[in-house]
Amino acid sequence: MDVRLSPEQHALRDSVAQVVDRLGPKAVRQLDDPERAAKLDAAIAASGWRDLRAAEDGGQPLASGVEAAIVAEELGRGLVDAPFLGPTLSAELRRLAGAPLATGAETVLLARGLSSPVVAAALDGAVVLDGAVAIDAEGAGTALVLLAAGGGHMLAEVAVRPVDERTDLTRPTAVPSGTPAPLADQARVLTDHDVTSWTALGLALTCADLVGVMRGAVQLARDYAVDRRQYGAAIGSFQAVQHLLADAFVAMEGSRSVALHAAWAVDALPPDEALAAGALAKAYCARAARTVCETAVQVHGGIGNTWECLAHVFLRRALMSSDVLGGAGANLARVLDHHGIGSSR
Amino acid sequence: MNFGDSPDEAELRARLRAWLADNDPGLPASSTDDAYWRGQPAWHQALYDAGFFGMSWPKAIGGQELPSVFDVILDEELAAAGTPPRPSLGYLVQGILEHGNEDIQQRFLPGIVSGRERWCQGFSEPDAGSDLAALRTRADRDGDDYVLTGHKVWTSYSDDADWCLVLARTDHDVPKHKGISAFVVPMGQPGIEQRPLKMINGITKEFGEVIFDGARVPAANMIGAPGEGWPLAMTVVSHEREPGELGYVSRYKKVVKELATHVRANPEAYDAEQTRDLGWAIVEAEMLRLHVCRRLSDRLDGVSHGPEGSVDKLLMTQVEQAVGHAALGIGGTGHGDADDTALKVYLYSRAQSVMGGTSQIQRNLVARRILGLPA
Ligand SMILES: Cc1cc2nc3c(=O)[nH]c(=O)nc-3n(C[C@H](O)[C@H](O)[C@H](O)COP(=O)(O)OP(=O)(O)OC[C@H]3O[C@@H](n4cnc5c(N)ncnc54)[C@H](O)[C@@H]3O)c2cc1C
Repeated sequence: MDVRLSPEQHALRDSVAQVVDRLGPKAVRQLDDPERAAKLDAAIAASGWRDLRAAEDGGQPLASGVEAAIVAEELGRGLVDAPFLGPTLSAELRRLAGAPLATGAETVLLARGLSSPVVAAALDGAVVLDGAVAIDAEGAGTALVLLAAGGGHMLAEVAVRPVDERTDLTRPTAVPSGTPAPLADQARVLTDHDVTSWTALGLALTCADLVGVMRGAVQLARDYAVDRRQYGAAIGSFQAVQHLLADAFVAMEGSRSVALHAAWAVDALPPDEALAAGALAKAYCARAARTVCETAVQVHGGIGNTWECLAHVFLRRALMSSDVLGGAGANLARVLDHHGIGSSR
Repeated sequence: MNFGDSPDEAELRARLRAWLADNDPGLPASSTDDAYWRGQPAWHQALYDAGFFGMSWPKAIGGQELPSVFDVILDEELAAAGTPPRPSLGYLVQGILEHGNEDIQQRFLPGIVSGRERWCQGFSEPDAGSDLAALRTRADRDGDDYVLTGHKVWTSYSDDADWCLVLARTDHDVPKHKGISAFVVPMGQPGIEQRPLKMINGITKEFGEVIFDGARVPAANMIGAPGEGWPLAMTVVSHEREPGELGYVSRYKKVVKELATHVRANPEAYDAEQTRDLGWAIVEAEMLRLHVCRRLSDRLDGVSHGPEGSVDKLLMTQVEQAVGHAALGIGGTGHGDADDTALKVYLYSRAQSVMGGTSQIQRNLVARRILGLPA
């Protein structure tokens, strides 16, 4: 056992951090700067990070879940408003199905409430797609759907149209605007194991995003606590404020440990165990992230309750990442299930 | 980046598992039953003699100089086998290794590590708890000895101890942190009175009061130079905050495993709230195992101790108290003639946010030393 990051993984983290620090939104109004957002998107597209889970020649992913999680964490920390989670999850589905890379910007469709992938029973998916949401859909023209087929699943794609996303200000959603059509060139039917393994990746990446969001929120609140003065002193000198921030930092550290394991588990453990690791991490991170972001709002006082303060942007992003593939409650149920304990009366 | 076993680690795990299958001492938990301490020395010695305790420490003091990550495997297997945890005294070893000279290390560490000699830690006093540097126990030079006068309290395992690591004031004319020295004091002597204290869960072997009235300690038993007791104390308490040093993961995992077995056997008996508390206890205990993997992996770059110990102590406390709540919910409060073990586990868990420095003190340290917030 040695869970230190390798030098290459540290280098990856540094290069993502550089892009984020150069082009990420530093203030709420910068979310409305299309020129900055386009540059950020172009930098990420050029980096190849969205293809980390695309298939190599042998069908294995180009990089492990750990690398993908490193990227996700830095993007979360910097509130990056360019797609990563959606395209990465779509690339993973295509890899598992032995399908070629998407030609245009593509994401995945999740069922109403976002806690599970959409599974269409038939091609005429009009009914089942009701309430389905394409996540992280900035610029995406299509989203992938799982189609029940021959004891497993085939991939179908459906056109999506942007909607006015109200939760996450950094990652808009979209809704289906057509009927799913089977994807050409699928080499394999996806098994239940494949879907489990894909879910494990999704949980690991949303955990990493939440860890990043927590780091960003703690830093924002900590910096404000040093600057803001009341009663002739920095508010960060008051013990009540110090203890809120200390608890937030500790929650972030615990989250980091479970998230790292979930990311490793994606490729290192059998699918069921990878899912259990992801669910455990997600239950922990989702619970922690909401409290940590609420602390960031609280430490900012009145400012924290205004649209212009970044604290709510962190909180909103945390709510979205929590919902994707299930938050604390849904994943705690998965954990109990894994231990042979059903949710009872 | 690998949470899995290397070949050496897998070999250790297999050997350990086979050994544990034949060597469970069948003791009750230390936190719920005084009977534990009658069997604990033999358990410590057996674990050590079989090569499973103190694996990361220097060979010169009885260790094997293996990476500390091996201790994660030890904790996992102890929990899986349902045996008692490893002895939690690594913080004393780390403190003496860092601050003791060759002579002190050779005379004392092999006995601590092998479990042949029992130790306690006399830091806290009635008027010096969180504010430890306010301690008043004095050590006055008399020939080749120092003479101790003072009152220690909450001294864990003092009734069984052969030795006590005592902090005492040797210089009264310097600022309070500067006048403290550390001594290894032999316990079995007339000038020492030991009085057990009863914890809120009824056990009496956890801690006691120790009164020093004319007890003698050779000057050669001073660790470091006169006035250098404070840095030693800080090394000891910072390691005392590390779950990787204490080995508590196995203690928590063992309780969680037992609770899960109860619920699986009779799921109808538990409501959603009780089941959810168990779920969180599972999540918390596993978080701590993974966190310890992270911290002990970092030690592959060398042992250090800093304010991260306070982060770990706060995480460990959340775990112990979540496990305590799950135990209370599932095991019940022990009315009438029902078993009250779960109540004892729960009540004991309240001490975790006090011992080794309270949670408030840990938060102060995280805020100042890690987040850099102003005083
Ligand atoms: C089970 C157990 C085992 C122990 N074993 C040992 C041992 O082996 N050896 C040993 O030397 N000691 C031991 N201790 C003692 C322990 O270290 C002290 O109890 C602890 O440091 C707190 O000191 P105190 O009890 O005097 O509480 P106090 O310091 O009086 O604290 C009382 C309350 O005030 C709060 N408080 C105090 N100062 C501050 C501050 N600056 N900011 C915010 N809040 C503050 C505390 O958080 C606490 O809630 C043990 C304690 C327990 C419970």
